[in-house]
Amino acid sequence: MAFRPETAVHLRALAEALLRGPSPLTSAERESIAAFVSSRNDCTFCYLSHRAAAAHHDGGDYTFVDAVTKGSGDARVSPKLRALLTIAGKVQQGGKRVTAEDVAAARAEGATDVEIHDAVLIAAAFCMYNRYVDGLATFTPTDPAAYDPMGKRMATQGYGGIRN
Amino acid sequence: MPHIALPDLPGIRGPMAFRPETARPLNDLVDVLLRGPNTLTPGERELIATFVSAENDCRYCQTIHGAIAAHHLGGNEALVVQVKADPERAAISDKLKALLVIAGKTAESGKLVTAADVERARQLGATDIEIHDTVLIAAVFCMCNRYVDGLDTSAPDDPAFYRQRAALVAENGYAASTLTGPSK
Repeated sequence: MAFRPETAVHLRALAEALLRGPSPLTSAERESIAAFVSSRNDCTFCYLSHRAAAAHHDGGDYTFVDAVTKGSGDARVSPKLRALLTIAGKVQQGGKRVTAEDVAAARAEGATDVEIHDAVLIAAAFCMYNRYVDGLATFTPTDPAAYDPMGKRMATQGYGGIRN
Repeated sequence: MPHIALPDLPGIRGPMAFRPETARPLNDLVDVLLRGPNTLTPGERELIATFVSAENDCRYCQTIHGAIAAHHLGGNEALVVQVKADPERAAISDKLKALLVIAGKTAESGKLVTAADVERARQLGATDIEIHDTVLIAAVFCMCNRYVDGLDTSAPDDPAFYRQRAALVAENGYAASTLTGPSK
């Protein structure tokens, strides 16, 4: 990002709009979808940093995001979010895998079109960020604790995607 | 029928009109990457976008970016077909062939790009910025392809639609063209 500020400004603006801009999904939910997709793509940097950001939208508590990324039947994860995670997981594999049944199941749990849209675009965007980070073999700390202050900054100060 | 109720525009333009908040940074990003100042020509960059979209089997993206690539390359549609089918045998530079190897691997997974792939591109004259931009173009189209197919957006069949649209985008850019021009 620092190497190429011309593209970084728009990558940050996209993350800001997707994860912190107006949406019927909370930022904790959206950051958890980002962490879930990054974990499926085995991208350690994105997984651990967005896991920490999700936690800091929840007072620094990691239990919600960890329930989301583990895909367990945890009561903290609503049936609607679970249905959106099914869609996000399929987008991670390939957009064509999402079926009309997956979308109908999310709607039956109360998901709106904007929520379905946002789940698809967050999953698609993290298929980009993950490849960008790993394709250039960026430096990646492996200790989850190293990401906690970064996640706190992401949750409280955002991605700085200010246009111009 | 798209999975959600989108405005009646083909491909990525439906969800972009549906959600302008995210369309703006997406268009700005693609304008910088594919049309901004660069030692790779717009035609070369559109070929990378087309190749990745074909690898991901996204019909709308590979057809529209293929048409834009051809427009930038003096109407050479045969070259676009050749790059999609077998870039190693296409009439493009060895440097671009090496960059397409990196792009193809990025499309599968960023982790597949090796130091040897990058070294080969460097030896054929690729700069760090060109390698960076190739990885990011490939990554961005892994996003756009999933966005377009994940919502099951529509894609016109008529090649004339894409040629017309390509001329408009090549002239005016992505952000300026999203909501303008013929729909279907």
